[in-house]
Amino acid sequence: MPKKIRVLIAKPGLDGHDRGAKVVARALRDAGMEVIYTGLRQTPEDIVEAAIQEDVDAIGLSCLSGAHMTLFPEVVKLLKKRKSGDILVAGGGIIPEADIPKLKKAGIKIVFGPGTPLRDIVAFFETAGKGA
Amino acid sequence: MPARKGTASRSRDPVTGLVRDLLKGDKRAAAKLISLIEDDEPEATEALARIHPHTGRAHVVGFTGPPGVGKSSLINRLVRTFRGRGKKVGVVAVDPTSPYTGGAVLGDRIRMADTGVDPGVFIRSMATRGHAGGLALATFDAVRVLDALGMDLVLVETVGAGQSEVEIATRAHSTVVVEMPMTGDAVQTMKAGILEIGDVYVVNKVDLGNADVLVANLKFQLEPRDGWRPPVIRTAALEGRGIGELADALDRHAKFLDDTGLRKKREISRARLEILENAQRLLSRRVEAGSGFGRTFETMAKEVAERRFDPHSAARKLLHEPPRESD
Repeated sequence: MPKKIRVLIAKPGLDGHDRGAKVVARALRDAGMEVIYTGLRQTPEDIVEAAIQEDVDAIGLSCLSGAHMTLFPEVVKLLKKRKSGDILVAGGGIIPEADIPKLKKAGIKIVFGPGTPLRDIVAFFETAGKGA
Repeated sequence: MPARKGTASRSRDPVTGLVRDLLKGDKRAAAKLISLIEDDEPEATEALARIHPHTGRAHVVGFTGPPGVGKSSLINRLVRTFRGRGKKVGVVAVDPTSPYTGGAVLGDRIRMADTGVDPGVFIRSMATRGHAGGLALATFDAVRVLDALGMDLVLVETVGAGQSEVEIATRAHSTVVVEMPMTGDAVQTMKAGILEIGDVYVVNKVDLGNADVLVANLKFQLEPRDGWRPPVIRTAALEGRGIGELADALDRHAKFLDDTGLRKKREISRARLEILENAQRLLSRRVEAGSGFGRTFETMAKEVAERRFDPHSAARKLLHEPPRESD
């Protein structure tokens, strides 16, 4: 049996807009991955703890509140602190173009804005799951 | 594959390192070991052999019942209650795998968010990966890992079961069957299957009303088994009602198992099932491999299809069983 790709989809921060996260979770499921969805209003600490216990290959963070510059890098920082820097982090949501280079510098592998084709998102997590 | 950072690469033998860290209470090691087991990696067998002597302390409670009845929410509350009583709690929550794509959305954690970063709690979501019966093949090996991690209690949530997913009762020390009001008439509680396996029954969502009828029907049907009369507990998980009573009932059942020697009996019947299951898996694997055994199997398959042999006799020949005598 080939190793299953496991992904955590999480919503850090206080906005309640989870349609995007759910659409992505569904697309990854249909691509044969195991998706752990943790629901709304998670702290970076909650997300990192869940990612470690679930032994995921990657985390998808969705934020539409504008707090991504604080919350996304915090997740990467905590993962490194917990010796789990091998878990890749992707971001999505309403994120201004100008912030993307800064997020990448902070360790977010990729940022998916509105209108990203689902196949691009699936392709990223498939590569992440193969340890590339 | 490049060596991953952290625990696994510290030792040349990843299993030794992981097991050592697990026994020290390291959650990351527990998580990695569960993945090895789930993916059926060759190292998993060795790891489980080393873990097994360090297990047997945790009390294992299974939760079953229809989808949406509130199993995850009950477990969420129960974890908090047991934490308040100083117990460490592990959870393995099973959800179904898609029969078409092999994928799964595991959503039990959403309702278990209250315990977040509590160091005395470990929650693992698990997909069935094609196994029927409401559990995954790896579920009880994962329970073993959490037992060795030092959890006092391990709560296992089955996939939303229908009327006959009863496997959990053959594995857990205590089985909780969760029902809710307004889901059928008295005849529903008379049916065989899921309503026979509980050590504790929960009527959840009592805030919806009409719970008295179901509680009365359940009490009417339930009979003492092995000298234990299953209690019926009323709860409203979202409001936290009845959770203390449920925890008390589980403590009473654990004590009952110890006092009567039933715990030992249940452990032995579980061991029987586990040995048989593993033997079946080994046999399947031998048949798949391109060995001499696999070739004999393929030849037999052709012979059976061409009506030169029959499947019952073929199976006996494969296992070197003598022909069956009438007894």
